[in-house]
Amino acid sequence: MLLALSATAIVILALLWEVAMPALEERLRRRRARRRRLPSHPYDPGRERRAEQRARALLKSCVNAEEWEMYRDLGFLRVWGGSGEGPGGHAAEGREGAPYAYLIYPHKPIVAYVPQTGLLLSEYCVEFLDRSLQDGARLPESDDVLAKWMALTGDEHRVIASANMHLPGRQIDPQQLRRDLWRLGRWERERMRRQASRASSAGSR
Amino acid sequence: MKLLRMQPGHGELLLAEGDVSVPEQERELIEAFRAQLDAGMWAAVPTTTGSGRREAELVRSFDEARTAERVIFFPRAAGGR
Repeated sequence: MLLALSATAIVILALLWEVAMPALEERLRRRRARRRRLPSHPYDPGRERRAEQRARALLKSCVNAEEWEMYRDLGFLRVWGGSGEGPGGHAAEGREGAPYAYLIYPHKPIVAYVPQTGLLLSEYCVEFLDRSLQDGARLPESDDVLAKWMALTGDEHRVIASANMHLPGRQIDPQQLRRDLWRLGRWERERMRRQASRASSAGSR
Repeated sequence: MKLLRMQPGHGELLLAEGDVSVPEQERELIEAFRAQLDAGMWAAVPTTTGSGRREAELVRSFDEARTAERVIFFPRAAGGR
């Protein structure tokens, strides 16, 4: 009797082992991958500058010409919002369906606003920290901008849901934002004027 | 296909490069791709829409990125201060 029970227990254990082993191995593999640490280096201004140059080249290769020139000339990027309701899926009273946009600054919150009126909606504090490095190091400025751009154009709801939302003015001075929106408007008018004069001079040849 | 990873203090890092139609290279690309997702990175494929607009597509598996010229891995978004 005891022998039969022992044999049954051994068979059950062996079967459980067979069933659980792949899942355990997979979990172990993921844990190892997460814990794998990349070497971190002390701060080196030359290396940071080279990193920023590479990051700028990558950003330029991903965004369109207008966006690249905007970032180069003004130091921030504008991305149009994709949801008809507004960022976070909340339709603001009296603004249903109104288009909205984001301003992306390096290592600062993403700012949502209404382009037609310049009304500032909210700040979305989001970070892209590389936790595989010991000190959770920050990306170069242009990589941070590109990460925000890719996240917003790729899956706006996901990145907005990941962010901490605050009222405008918590980290970026609203005066600076209004000044930046004014600079953006002037920059766009000048760019359109340049394009129009180039087109007319090409047409007159 | 090129797999690139944003790296603090470095800019982008080439993780792997290969032709998905060559089985051995495809296997290496898939392994490198999975290792990045397992490390908690997000994967994006820069694209151009029919109207010429540039945007990115966030992908969660290698098959979604199979036809891409390059995939950029970057740390996942987290709420900041």
